[in-house]
Amino acid sequence: MTDNGTHTDRKWWTPFNVIVGIILAAGAILTVMRFTQGIGAVTNLDNNNAWGLWIGFDLLCGVALAAGGYVTSAACYIFGLKRFHSAVRPAILTAFLGYALVVLALHYDVGRPWRLPYPIFVSQGTSSLLFEVGLCVFLYLTVLFIEFTPAAFEWLGLKKIRALVVKLTLILTIFGVVLSTLHQSSLGALFMIAPSKLHPLWYSGYLPVYFFISSMFAGMSMVIFESTLAHRYLSRHMDDTHHREAPGVALGFAKAAAFVMAGYLGIKLIGIAIDDHWRLLTTGWGMWYLVEVIGFVAFPALLFAMGVRERNLIFVRWAAAWTVLGIVLNRLNISVIAFNYHLPSHERYVPSLMEIGTSVFIVTLGIVIYRFITTRMPVLHEHPDYSAHSPEQKSI
Amino acid sequence: MGISRRKFIGGLGALALGPAMGIPGTARGASNKEFAGWPDSQSVLHDITKCIGCRKCESACHRVNHLPDPETSFEDLTVLDQKRRTDADIFTVVNRVDNILPVFVKTQCNHCLEPACASACFVKALEKTPEGAVVYNEKLCVGCRYCMVACPFNIPAYEYHKALAPRVTKCTMCHPRILEGKRPGCVEECPAGALISGTRDELLAYAWDRIRTYPERYVSHVYGEHEMGGTSWLYLSGLPFGQVGMREDLGTKSAPELTSGPLSAVPIVVGLWPVLLTGVYAISKRKEKIAEQEKQAAVADAVDQSKKQAQARMETLRKKWEQEKQSAINFEVKKALEDAAAKDPEPGQSKEDE
Amino acid sequence: MNTLFFTLQDFMVHTKGITYLIMGGILVALPLFWWFLTDRDDENSF
Repeated sequence: MTDNGTHTDRKWWTPFNVIVGIILAAGAILTVMRFTQGIGAVTNLDNNNAWGLWIGFDLLCGVALAAGGYVTSAACYIFGLKRFHSAVRPAILTAFLGYALVVLALHYDVGRPWRLPYPIFVSQGTSSLLFEVGLCVFLYLTVLFIEFTPAAFEWLGLKKIRALVVKLTLILTIFGVVLSTLHQSSLGALFMIAPSKLHPLWYSGYLPVYFFISSMFAGMSMVIFESTLAHRYLSRHMDDTHHREAPGVALGFAKAAAFVMAGYLGIKLIGIAIDDHWRLLTTGWGMWYLVEVIGFVAFPALLFAMGVRERNLIFVRWAAAWTVLGIVLNRLNISVIAFNYHLPSHERYVPSLMEIGTSVFIVTLGIVIYRFITTRMPVLHEHPDYSAHSPEQKSI
Repeated sequence: MGISRRKFIGGLGALALGPAMGIPGTARGASNKEFAGWPDSQSVLHDITKCIGCRKCESACHRVNHLPDPETSFEDLTVLDQKRRTDADIFTVVNRVDNILPVFVKTQCNHCLEPACASACFVKALEKTPEGAVVYNEKLCVGCRYCMVACPFNIPAYEYHKALAPRVTKCTMCHPRILEGKRPGCVEECPAGALISGTRDELLAYAWDRIRTYPERYVSHVYGEHEMGGTSWLYLSGLPFGQVGMREDLGTKSAPELTSGPLSAVPIVVGLWPVLLTGVYAISKRKEKIAEQEKQAAVADAVDQSKKQAQARMETLRKKWEQEKQSAINFEVKKALEDAAAKDPEPGQSKEDE
Repeated sequence: MNTLFFTLQDFMVHTKGITYLIMGGILVALPLFWWFLTDRDDENSF
């Protein structure tokens, strides 16, 4: 990292830039392969396993981890928790980038990406939950884009149009929460159509609820995790307000996440009881299920709680990273690992290196764009002309 | 239905619909409305006990659907021993399912009455036709492959190696031929009578009649009658269906029933969330306003109080001052008088005398 | 409105299509009504 403060003597051959360069070059090659030789040339997908890593990780995890956008803006603008204000912009930016990358990843995964607008503009398959997801992601991406524009307008010095967008903050936030509720839960409901393929411990009538509730603590953990990284590498772009409020934001979200996770554990238990799947818990799949639920939900929840009680940010940050991993594990379990569990092992899906490479490429692209924007636009700091104490900001 | 149907194998119409026949696949939405499927839609009955594994149906399927020739010819019966499934250019396969007995099962799209693939498709590229076939429209398909995820029978295949216009492929029940009044290619070709076509009601009645007539030959179950809400392709078997590689744990709920719950929750969220969230916003805003007012009142009060205190203090100060001034004057006067008295023993008197 | 449906699938496509339109309507109508409801709050100031 070249955090030496000045832009003039920036070095290009830093380890970060070299690694990023290699990943982006590899991504470019994979992209060419994917679009000239077909999905089959780069993936291990087959007729039994139609969805792999690109859906399980890029789509499901991408959307869940981008939930920080709606969680933070709702906390600040709807619930009136003003101390989260400095966290809103980075969260909105991450969410916007997250969703943009999800859509980018879909271009790789679907067979004819130029037809992605079809469900909305050409032929509406309203009986499909994927239609619901597509529509909401499309609308929410638009909402996030508008929510982020004030930062860009401040950067460009467009005061009037900025003021107009700021007036829309509340309505955009409410739209954002509605759309997020819908598509976060619908992503879980996607799998309700296949009770014969998803392992019964993961298949549940509550799948949509599980996905929605877990998206909340996924979003909060991601905000904490991302702010940890940002403080380490982008600290010089933060203002005093951001520095002063960051520990409060982390502790506040840690407290909320811990409690939501406790509730989530409760409803997971209810799910087992409702379907009477107790006996499955002692099987191999049951052990794996318990690893996910106890190891990656109960444990980080406890760690969050200890961090909050002790005012220990180290605990909180580790718990956040652990929770993020747990969300990835949960989404992969549902879409890949425990999906098609009944197939013999040689018919099961294991992602190819090229699939993993493409996912790494897309995540890297996100980090590069995040860095580009936060080092230029007022995201981690407030623009001097529009600080929180100016009358415009007070109106919301 | 505006289709000209071929007459079903003679004598079938005379068969009475036995009481053992269940309600032909019905599906319910959230509203308890029932749907019995398209009336008089075409079906195929596959009698597994009659299949001899000749692969004639496979070759007929390739011919009528203009599919590319496979690597090994259809005469080669050794492939029957491998476990095969439908593929991008193979719409139907026959598998030998028992190592000892010569039991063969033909696999292809079952053309569900309430197709999971159609329910899953977000561009309506898959559709259940009134004639019974579930057909695919490649002009709409985006290639998301959710249909393949949704299909409980693992039937749709994908052209993974096409870069430009990959399609989902599957058996069409020879829908174009059915519209012409012909039978599906495989049915027409079958030399063993293991495949027969007709309306679903006729075939169900026929199947149950077979079971009742030959109870020792068949298990008492018509596969596809209720599975996943019922299918247009029906099966009779001598071995339990689980043993011939067909899943018996699919349940009878159709795909649209499985998703109707979450689908109907969506509009409710849209209706209630804005109300709830605006309410939360209004409450927090109001609390803020009250807090602000109270703060202002407190400040005003404090200012008032301090003003009063200041006034009072000023008053006492002034009084003290005046007292001090007075006493200073008195003191000065007294001092002056004393001085004067010291200079002149009786100045007062002299002055008074003047 | 008296379309006859033979399959639940067709019924779902039809009814959900209508509810999506209603949802759009709700999302437009609710903010407008809220605005109408609170427009004069500052004048009355309670």
